[in-house]
Amino acid sequence: MKRVSRRDFIKVTAAVGGGLLVTINLSACRDQAGAGGTGKPADPSIFVRINPDNSIIVTIPKSEMGQGVRTSLAMLVAEELDADWNQVRAELASYDLKYGDMGTGGSSSVRQNWVPLRTAGATLRAMLVAAAAKEWGVDPTECTTDSSFVHHANGDRKLHYGALAAKAAALPVPSGVALKPRAEWKLMGKDRVGIDVGPITHGTAQYGLDVKVPGMLYASIERTTVFGGTVKSFDKTAALAVPGVKNVVEIKGVGIGVTVHPGVAVVATNTWAAMKGRKALSIQWEPGPHAAESTEAYLATMRGAVEKKGAETVNTKGDPDAVLAKAGKVLSGVFETPFLSHATMEPMNCTASFKDGRIELWSPTQFPDMATAEVAKALGLKPDRVKVNLTLMGGGFGRRINPDFSVEAALVSKAIGQPVKVVWTREDDLRHDFYRPCSVHRIDASLGADGMPEAWRHRVSTPSIDVSYQEKPPEGGWGPNETDGSANMSYRILNRSAEYTLLASGVPRGWWRAVSTTHGMFAVESMIDDLAAAAGKDPVEYRLALIDGVWWKQPPDFPEYPFKAERLKGVLQLAADKAGWGKPLPKGHAMGVACGYDHLSYAAEVFEVSVVNDRLRIHRVVCAADAGPVVNPNGARAQLEGGITMGLSAALKERITIKGGGVAQRNFDSYSLLRINEAPVVIETYFVETDTMPTGFGEPAVPPVAAGLANAIFRATGKRLRSLPLDIKMA
Amino acid sequence: MKLLVNGTSHDIDAPADMPLLWALRDLVGLTGTKFGCGIAMCGACTVHLDGAPVRSCSVPVSVAQGKAITTIEGLAQGGVDHAVQQAWQQLNVPQCGYCQAGQLMSASALLARNPHPTDADIDAAMQGNLCRCGTYVRIRQAVKLAAEMVAGGAK
Repeated sequence: MKRVSRRDFIKVTAAVGGGLLVTINLSACRDQAGAGGTGKPADPSIFVRINPDNSIIVTIPKSEMGQGVRTSLAMLVAEELDADWNQVRAELASYDLKYGDMGTGGSSSVRQNWVPLRTAGATLRAMLVAAAAKEWGVDPTECTTDSSFVHHANGDRKLHYGALAAKAAALPVPSGVALKPRAEWKLMGKDRVGIDVGPITHGTAQYGLDVKVPGMLYASIERTTVFGGTVKSFDKTAALAVPGVKNVVEIKGVGIGVTVHPGVAVVATNTWAAMKGRKALSIQWEPGPHAAESTEAYLATMRGAVEKKGAETVNTKGDPDAVLAKAGKVLSGVFETPFLSHATMEPMNCTASFKDGRIELWSPTQFPDMATAEVAKALGLKPDRVKVNLTLMGGGFGRRINPDFSVEAALVSKAIGQPVKVVWTREDDLRHDFYRPCSVHRIDASLGADGMPEAWRHRVSTPSIDVSYQEKPPEGGWGPNETDGSANMSYRILNRSAEYTLLASGVPRGWWRAVSTTHGMFAVESMIDDLAAAAGKDPVEYRLALIDGVWWKQPPDFPEYPFKAERLKGVLQLAADKAGWGKPLPKGHAMGVACGYDHLSYAAEVFEVSVVNDRLRIHRVVCAADAGPVVNPNGARAQLEGGITMGLSAALKERITIKGGGVAQRNFDSYSLLRINEAPVVIETYFVETDTMPTGFGEPAVPPVAAGLANAIFRATGKRLRSLPLDIKMA
Repeated sequence: MKLLVNGTSHDIDAPADMPLLWALRDLVGLTGTKFGCGIAMCGACTVHLDGAPVRSCSVPVSVAQGKAITTIEGLAQGGVDHAVQQAWQQLNVPQCGYCQAGQLMSASALLARNPHPTDADIDAAMQGNLCRCGTYVRIRQAVKLAAEMVAGGAK
């Protein structure tokens, strides 16, 4: 791997208007961090600016969707810089092609930026100290820093960073600057309120839907509600007669990898007029090749698929088929999960302005680089003619990785030759998502004389996510990505296998918070609980005895972050201890547990429930997680609380069903999300801060939820629920 | 048509059936009130009409005419944040924040009529407000904290 010197990735220049501007070449320093990257230095992608008024502005090319990335990444810089946190502001970047990869997903933002951003802060601090020392004619070692001031240790002299910035900019950039040991942290590891909480509580935070550009019109689009359908013909007369409606244009679809659905856009002077005009449209549709598809048919196919050997064998160890064939008793479980919608509270939207062969977008996108590339392709422009401005996002959860809404807005703006904001209704959003795949899992297992599993055969059938984005399977087949959480489960079983069979479906699929582990871990963690019960063993003890290693992809995707059995055991033990596992509970209460490894982080959860008159009440959830050092504990706890709550919503409420090749649900009346009266009374969260490189908290709390809750219900009622959403009513 | 929003009168040109939500966002230019579902199922668009919480996506602008409309932008008075805003900030309630204007408007209306809500009162008053990020546990805590602040003399 090419090592890049710090000089290559940190540049310091005088800023226009005074002060100092630091540019950080992120892809170069990612290599230095040993955390992936191309090995080729790229242009700067992060900026830190110190203004003469002492304010510090960190421009972060990561998308904020509620995960607190603007706060935690700014903290990485501010900590090493010894900055006054109250004077630090975060700015949204607008995407530039030269930035390269700028996607936000996979719980990766802190992991990728841990070394580069702290190094940038430390380097900058050293330059400010050098500037002060020069000013005072003293040795830099006599200077200290605190809250954006350089102090001279032997006197009462001090200078604030703003006053030193211009002078520091003229100094050479030092290399090899040491980072603070944890004991010297002042900001990190302590609770910080999110940097955007003020504007959010005042209603001034700007989301995609709040964008307004001069001369902007509003559009609402009637899209095919049958996946793969097309517009045969349409009559726009009545729509054009609605007051405020300015234009009606057809939108041709864009296929695999983008998935813009064919439809007709009604453009008006305000959103309501566009929606009313849309209702007045008369469209004849060509239903296309998927119109007969249904959830019933998918289920029948997947159920059949897991009764026989899978089309792909993802991995095998020992000979599970032979052991199972000879076993006196085979324990089997069939687990079923539905398609899920992301249902971000802010429906999809995008504002686009096409003018003179260029297009500018204001897009709530997680992946501005993908949006730029696909907009360019769809409009036949060179990518340097596309500018994507990021906005805050009312939730992402993986939905906003997709470039569809950006491309669609670009197509409308180009068609009408004016700036336009395309507003999706909730119905549009629910019926044109990229859904978490439905799945059927079958696990067959047998136990040895000691009650521990001897054989485990896991068969999975889903419509693959990758099929929505690429024609040919990735190296190794469709199976490995779809069986994340299944094939790579971490229990020591000498004879085990994972098999996969693809389900053909016209429903677009995508990455839903934590992705495939949300169904894989439901199956694995439910089944292991059943095995513990069959063996008459305690579910926590059983897991602790079996947690071993992950053998799966070789080489692994992230060799720098190897799976450590001790870390998974550590969170399991901590969650059990904090929950009071094994101790007497109030009458009618029971506890269930689940744990797992997702996006390089570890989480374990204990659910305390009661079921009275068939009604479920969740009294308490205890979660322990290990993602290494925690930058902002308050924000990290929020991610765990949110992951658990979203996991509960999926476990108890959410189901997308397909009828006639389209989504049967319409709005929140038929696609129910968890409400506050159904949320747990208490969610407790704890960290195991293993001294290693940090990973992320955005996703790992989600996958253990469904199994942990089902296991608690099993222990409360003796009833094993194997389908999601769980067939139980809330009290 | 005239709308009285946060104490200021706005002259707008809207058909009588336009939902108050879109009049506020597109015509008055106050975008703090959010669109979530359009059928009064998510609460993101909650505003006060003469002090009572309503879903502005389902209130025709003609009905709001002549009434005092309060939006999230008008919740703080005289430069001082409402107790619910202070509590939300202190407990770091928002994640993506998109639903929080509606949550704050529902919570402030709850406290106005019930200064000492129980857990059950909070669940009943707030269950019309969806949050996809899962901030419910903190919302409950923040409503209670705001109630304490009000009891202690905050607004």
